[in-house]
Amino acid sequence: MLELKSLDAGYGSFQALFGVNLEVKAGEAVGVIGPNGAGKTTLMRVISGLIRPTRGTIAMEGTDVVATPAHLIVGLGIAHVPENRRLFPRLTVEDNLKMGAYMPKARAKFAERLEVVFDLFPRMKERRHQMAGTMSGGEQQMCAIGRALMSDPKLLLLDEPSAGLAPVVVQQVFELVRRIRSGGLTVLIVEQNVQQVLKVVDRAYLLEAGTIRATGSAQEMLASDLVKQAYLGV
Amino acid sequence: MQSFLEIFDIYLLEAMVNGILLGGLLALLALGLNLIFGVIDVTWICYAELVMIGMYGMYFLVQYYGLSYYVAAPLAIVLVAILGALLHYLVIAPLLSAAPINQLLATGGVLFVLQSFATVAFGVDFRNLGIRLPVLAFADMHFSYSRLLAFGAALIGMVVVYFFMTRTYTGTAIRAISQDRQIMALMGVDTKKIYLITSALGGALAGLAACLLVLQYDVHPFVGLSFGPITFLICVLGGLGNFVGGFVAAFVFAEIISLGGLFSDLEWGYVLAFGFFIVMMFVRPNGLLAKRS
Repeated sequence: MLELKSLDAGYGSFQALFGVNLEVKAGEAVGVIGPNGAGKTTLMRVISGLIRPTRGTIAMEGTDVVATPAHLIVGLGIAHVPENRRLFPRLTVEDNLKMGAYMPKARAKFAERLEVVFDLFPRMKERRHQMAGTMSGGEQQMCAIGRALMSDPKLLLLDEPSAGLAPVVVQQVFELVRRIRSGGLTVLIVEQNVQQVLKVVDRAYLLEAGTIRATGSAQEMLASDLVKQAYLGV
Repeated sequence: MQSFLEIFDIYLLEAMVNGILLGGLLALLALGLNLIFGVIDVTWICYAELVMIGMYGMYFLVQYYGLSYYVAAPLAIVLVAILGALLHYLVIAPLLSAAPINQLLATGGVLFVLQSFATVAFGVDFRNLGIRLPVLAFADMHFSYSRLLAFGAALIGMVVVYFFMTRTYTGTAIRAISQDRQIMALMGVDTKKIYLITSALGGALAGLAACLLVLQYDVHPFVGLSFGPITFLICVLGGLGNFVGGFVAAFVFAEIISLGGLFSDLEWGYVLAFGFFIVMMFVRPNGLLAKRS
């Protein structure tokens, strides 16, 4: 579904990604793990067009993503839940969800998608008229995921969905990811919470200093010495 | 009714009502400026000059081409809306990532260009539509129809903008964009297009204000100076970019001017209003409705 080939990217003269190759097949859940500053968020931003690669290709179901204007990439079926949620704090929950359905294709299905999101997050239905910024971190994360789902995506990019949340809420978020997956959606998830994320994904990549160090199935990664030593504290 | 009104000073009441009528018009002017500042984060120093061009547009459409006022008004609104979009496209867009002072200087430059253009093209004569609307006499008080019309139209204009901002996808995007510019692309929003639409909307509001002002005031190349500064003060008093604050501040200002003018000359009303502004800048520097930190 999504294919990245020898991708370089960065900010100005600072290069954050070096020759990254990555593939996500339809129906898969794929994780990208790695320490702070490894380039995980950059990777997500390059896929959704917020920053542009300096070299390499990105293809979404055969379409050249690099050549697509940033605001049309969501139309290819890629929805990005950014790091720190990035809701519109002074818009209501419903207006935030409305923004997720901004593109013409999604507007036509607004009522239907709203139903799906409210089904998944009954809490959002209760709080639909509340300002998004006044909700708890966990609720905001639900709203951010809901906003991304409003566009009826094929591929969901999740950037550190568990960051800054209480442990109980982290469990809920991962449970949610599992449910979204079982609905048939393809997921690419970036996480520092290695132990948790390896329980919900099929495969994972280990990203360090902007390069892919290792890749394999979730079980292989859990068993890998490289991952164990660095992240699982074994 | 008559005996009830006699309890009050009839002139005081008249001045208060006139203040409210003026407030509607000032609120309309402030809304346009606030919209641009709130969404694009740029101050159109030349905002009142867009109104001036709109007033000339009305003058020529009515006096020169002989159109009726109600046919000319929509045309003038469209004209200033296009001017607003052009201003953004030609002047603001290339400076979006420039320092704020450069943006101020650029729009300040447009102010002088527009004033000079009007002076060269139209001369310095005072011109008017030649339309004399009657005065409404009610219980010994006098209100001009042009003010009542201006108040009503300004209010309708603001309600239309309100519904546009809250009910449509584009309006919601306009409110969202100032809260997080970077992620708008993730929503599928083309920020350039939203900026252009907002600029056209700000221009349209200036155009509407022009149609209403031209009923009450003569147009000349420097007419912008008589309401430009006060529009800025209202926006700052209400908190720049704060729509509700600007609305409230417009009425506060208008009442001070109108009541001040009642007890003394109209000029003293302005002195009082500006004095009030200076005091409020010390008391509430972030605007009337700003939350205390």
